[in-house]
Amino acid sequence: MLSRVANSIYWMSRYIERAENVARFVEVNLQMMLDLPKGLSEQWEPLVIITGDDKPFAERYHGATRQNVIQFLTFDVKNPNSILSSLRNARENARTVREAVSPEMWEQINTCYLMVNAAAARGAGLEDSDRFFGEIKKASLLFDGVTDATMLHDEGWHFYRMGRFLERADKTSRLLDVKYFILLPSATDVGTALDDIQWAAVLRSASAFEMYRKRHGHIEPDHILDFLLLDLEFPRSINYCLTQAGASLHAVSGAPIGTFSNSAEQHLGRLQAELAYTPVEQIIAEGLHEFLDALQTKLNLIDQGIFESFFTPRPLDERRIFGHKESQ
Amino acid sequence: MALAVIGIWRLRPAVKMNFEGYNCDGFYDEMLLPDGAARPGATLLKQKLESLVDGELLHRQQAAETALLQGGITFNVYGDGAATERIFPFDVIPRIVEAAEWERLEKGLKQRVYTLNLFLDDIYHKQKIVKDKVIPEHIIRSARSFREACIGLDPPQHIWCHITGTDLVRDRDGQFYVLEDNLRCPSGVSYVLENRRVMKRTFPQVFEASRVRPVDEYPGRLLDMLQSLAPAALDSPNVAVLTPGIYNSAYFEHSFLAQQMGVGLVEGRDLVVADGRVLMRTTKGFERVDVLYRRIDDDFLDPQVFRSDSLLGVPGLMEVYKKGRVALANAPGTGIADDKCIYAYVPKMIHYYLGDEPIIPNVPTYICDVEGDCGYVIAHLDQLVVKAVNESGGYGMLVGPHSTAVERADFAERIRKNPRNYIAQPTLGLSRVPVIVDGGFSGRHVDLRPYILYGKDIYVLPGGLTRVALKRGSLVVNSSQGGGSKDTWVLTA
Repeated sequence: MLSRVANSIYWMSRYIERAENVARFVEVNLQMMLDLPKGLSEQWEPLVIITGDDKPFAERYHGATRQNVIQFLTFDVKNPNSILSSLRNARENARTVREAVSPEMWEQINTCYLMVNAAAARGAGLEDSDRFFGEIKKASLLFDGVTDATMLHDEGWHFYRMGRFLERADKTSRLLDVKYFILLPSATDVGTALDDIQWAAVLRSASAFEMYRKRHGHIEPDHILDFLLLDLEFPRSINYCLTQAGASLHAVSGAPIGTFSNSAEQHLGRLQAELAYTPVEQIIAEGLHEFLDALQTKLNLIDQGIFESFFTPRPLDERRIFGHKESQ
Repeated sequence: MALAVIGIWRLRPAVKMNFEGYNCDGFYDEMLLPDGAARPGATLLKQKLESLVDGELLHRQQAAETALLQGGITFNVYGDGAATERIFPFDVIPRIVEAAEWERLEKGLKQRVYTLNLFLDDIYHKQKIVKDKVIPEHIIRSARSFREACIGLDPPQHIWCHITGTDLVRDRDGQFYVLEDNLRCPSGVSYVLENRRVMKRTFPQVFEASRVRPVDEYPGRLLDMLQSLAPAALDSPNVAVLTPGIYNSAYFEHSFLAQQMGVGLVEGRDLVVADGRVLMRTTKGFERVDVLYRRIDDDFLDPQVFRSDSLLGVPGLMEVYKKGRVALANAPGTGIADDKCIYAYVPKMIHYYLGDEPIIPNVPTYICDVEGDCGYVIAHLDQLVVKAVNESGGYGMLVGPHSTAVERADFAERIRKNPRNYIAQPTLGLSRVPVIVDGGFSGRHVDLRPYILYGKDIYVLPGGLTRVALKRGSLVVNSSQGGGSKDTWVLTA
């Protein structure tokens, strides 16, 4: 597969997943704000902080009001990570590889983009936010299903899965960070009903509430962390995402799982081992936010490794030339 | 030949639609006879159109436009800072070509393409046609599209023009004429296929009853033809479509054709020449490329041979091509055969190479570079259509009867300065078809671009792109000048 095409498929899928997760961020915050005790003002700044775009936000907006933050995260085309920008980028990438994706995938990505673009032109999203952000989530999930059911499960599909799961791992870690940054009215509120409600909102925004109940029952912060970080069967947990991305990475390289043939596999294997051998109590004791921060850096190393191993033009003397048939 | 373009026309709410009051205005109408009755092949269509319940046709038109928009069959329009996307305007009333008529056109197109290929092989080898004084030498020598670098080239099986799009028009007399040959990178076939897909979706009943010849086999035929060009003894040649990239106005078509054929879409930056081969950069190393359907003009193909400032092409490509280790479709140099001056000599070529009469005639053409013609053209500018020989897309053109005195004076001056650059033709009364305008039917001028593939044999796609001038009275159908398109129905015999 052409390096350029693999690169575009990878980013197409990252951007779709990104748009979906930004919708989830906004949703979790809307939920939490609904349950705030009377008299407390809404907190929207944490959303901007966890996406890592607090600086550009502060430069162009006056105050982290609900309206400003939703505008910035949803429709602002100057914010490269807004939902609209992400969908636009996903679509541009899809457009450059239309011959490599199924027409159903293209049509789904295109329809979703047109929907959000029209909503942006209308200035929608605030009044009917529940439905609007729900639509975006659904469109992304539909895209994933369409891809799984219509795309050849060849190399391109593996790059699709790498993009999707690495992006999801990163975003699940940031979703957890929302809870870290949302302040409770006082330290004594930790462990109260309000705290529980906020944790439940985090779970819901990851579509994880009911699945969590099946696994752990009561709302307990350490169990929730265990579920979203380490669970091997919940499809939005970080450990699950890494396992899936790793399987695709190894399917492309041909190296057996548990070994590595490039830097992406090396970084991914290390991170998986770290998650597998770290109990959640230790993560809490050493600081959740710090752990998540370090995790995001390690995810970036994997991304960098993929870029270097598959997408960058290699010098010719390293070449291995093959005819068309051998590559089939 | 760029197919970028203009907007969707607005539709008014439901009204009863029929052909009462539809006026042929003395033009040949592709659907109706002068007395308002349907032509034989269009009887069923007219009945169906008139039997639709109120508003249904407009509803179908809107559904078709939505389908095109969601399919991303669009181009960008820039303005007000933000880019907006528009579809290539499409009208749901098909243009019908009857079986017998098509049979003649198909023969004529095969004859023409076969001849043009003989001409190309001759002109880059012995130039017998010049030595025998059928075509004046200075016409060839002064042609901007003549490629010195192609002299002596031997493309596989001596076929140069693998893909041709020939523009046909029908005059008031009901006769088809060849208006233009396109042998470089003719575009538009993707619209033929997509228009058909949309028509089947939005108009299934009418379509079913009309016995229309399918167009779906084009991508398969194209792939067969491309594979037949591969250097010998390859079981599974690697075919790719070479595109200038996403910002090219025909990019949709490039990706569409690659997708439909199931081959790769490559850009110049994906390719490299090494070891006397063309290779593409893949995630696993370098893979050999055997056949390129290139949608990049000659000028940009190889900076070592043609324009040295080109970043779109592949340095060294021509060297590999000359050695027969990669095939290019179309062959470099084919542009000489669609030079608008050379066009005027195609009937003579048919006589010269085949000893036959042209089956589809040319539009009479005055070559400003030929003595006598020039004076006539300048004296009759108000009646003629003047075209710059190296332009396409409806640019560099004067439509005499629709021009102002100032425009005519300007063209007279340009022709005097550079006569080789201009030809002129009588203004044709292009045939018309009904289109939906403001909730009713109105006649608009059309042309027809069939697509011809030349590999082991010559194949003509039954149909083609019907381009329609949506501006009232306009004779310019090019998409860059406000043209739209229609599905073309060639009926089975």
